[in-house]
Amino acid sequence: MDQLNALIVFLNFVFVPGLTYGAQLSLGALGVTLVYGILRFSNFAHGDTMAFGTMVTILFTWWFQSMGLHFGPLPTALLAMPFGILFTALFVLGTDRVVYQFYRKKKSVSTILVIVSVGVMFVMNGLTRFIIGVENRNFEDGERFLITARDFKTLTGLDEGLAIKTTQVITVVVAILVVAAMFWFLNRTRTGKSMRAFSDNEDLALLSGINPERVVQVTWILAATLATVAGVLYGLDKSFKPFTYFQLLLPIFASAIVGGLGNPLGAIAGGFIIAFSEVMVTYAWKKVATYALPDSWAPDGLLQLMSTDYKFAVSFSILILVLLFMPTGLFKGKSV
Amino acid sequence: MAEPFLIGDTMTGGYGSSDILNACTIAVEKGEIAVIVGPNGAGKSTAMKAIFGMLSLRGGSVRLKGEDITKLSPQDRVSKGMGFVPQTHNIFTSMTVEENLEMGAFLRRDDINGTLNQVYDLFPILRQKRYQPAGELSGGQRQQVAVGRALMTEPSVLMLDEPTAGVSPIVMDELFDRIIEIARSGISILMVEQNARQALNIADKGYVLVQGANRFTDTGAALMADDDVRRSFLGG
Repeated sequence: MDQLNALIVFLNFVFVPGLTYGAQLSLGALGVTLVYGILRFSNFAHGDTMAFGTMVTILFTWWFQSMGLHFGPLPTALLAMPFGILFTALFVLGTDRVVYQFYRKKKSVSTILVIVSVGVMFVMNGLTRFIIGVENRNFEDGERFLITARDFKTLTGLDEGLAIKTTQVITVVVAILVVAAMFWFLNRTRTGKSMRAFSDNEDLALLSGINPERVVQVTWILAATLATVAGVLYGLDKSFKPFTYFQLLLPIFASAIVGGLGNPLGAIAGGFIIAFSEVMVTYAWKKVATYALPDSWAPDGLLQLMSTDYKFAVSFSILILVLLFMPTGLFKGKSV
Repeated sequence: MAEPFLIGDTMTGGYGSSDILNACTIAVEKGEIAVIVGPNGAGKSTAMKAIFGMLSLRGGSVRLKGEDITKLSPQDRVSKGMGFVPQTHNIFTSMTVEENLEMGAFLRRDDINGTLNQVYDLFPILRQKRYQPAGELSGGQRQQVAVGRALMTEPSVLMLDEPTAGVSPIVMDELFDRIIEIARSGISILMVEQNARQALNIADKGYVLVQGANRFTDTGAALMADDDVRRSFLGG
């Protein structure tokens, strides 16, 4: 029984949160890796693209709510998300037309594009704060729990409860759907294949008659979609605050690099590796250990390797280790 | 003399300010094989790139079926019926063999299955490995993928930049056989070759370039028989 309780505590505080956070990071990293593979630069504005998309989604959510429009037990934000995606895609395409296209025509090296994306990041950053403010926003509505800790306890008769939030289930389900759609698109459709061809060998893609501007546009639309979905899921699960989204850039880049930049499969694996490392290193294992070990071995301390304040140090350390010993990442991406 | 199928006429040009090509003329007739040979740095590949539009000319013109295409971009020349196989980086390594061929046919909107089967009939090994990433294939098989990709647009002229570079002699003979087969189907072949002797053996027309200009031009057999050419360029 104690072992079972230990397992439930582990699932409740480590596995489920890690899985949810991992799904969110994977979606973010997928966007970063896509832009890197095709446009050949690290897009520092991705975190703020997520914030922008989430902001638009929140504005539409409020509007829908004020009209009395709800999505039953599901959050209204899911109804608003397509609009968030649409506006973000338009904004990002506009940015490409006004900013990136100029440097692409000049055939600027990727370091210049990285700096340009930092500039874009600051503009989006300011714009988001200007429109919706800097505060924490909670825009989740509908049913909060799929199963509460109390229900779980009465149901199973165990001492420990396993709570599963609706947003956690939504995160995982939506992430699976989006990733499946993305892979189907890249591997099965003509446009998707032409994007992979462009990423693989730009000159030969041009010789084959692939239109580079079209590939770039589709890439931006996909990146905006992934960013908005990742941002909304993260905001539903936790809360929306522009600064937090800016900070997410580090674990997202760490995920993409750990998996191998430019490799979509790697981005997903990287997202889960970073998420689980962060959660496991900052979790206090005392309770799990107390259940799992014999009484006489019960620990006195918290068994927490690092305070949660330092969670970014985890992704940063993994990032540095990977860059030192495995520069192309786990799934053979391009080296940075 | 009638206008050749494809001709790069008195082409002059190069990269930057200095000219690599000096009034160089290369032509190929319908369904024939023309080979460009010459010492290193003679401008063989440059002449090829100039005909395909990857180099802007200062003088001369390029004409396909009598039509002046000097100002067209390489992509536009592909849709006019020219296929080009670069010397290196000529396949999509991360994509499967079949996807490589599909990308070759990217400009086509009709059913490509017929052409796909023709390419597989020409290179049976590719049918066997159609779902393997092209980057996992051997050097000779990669060249087959590269040639197959260029054939997917159903070009009327196929340009090959050193198709046998880095492959074994047996594979080279095999590739030359396939190239003859392609030419017999009515596609004109223009290729640059390091293996001058073998290439001239299968050539209807041979061009010996030196310093960006035509030194000798004749049928392949005549060039092989020519003492001057043999002594200077074919090693005796």
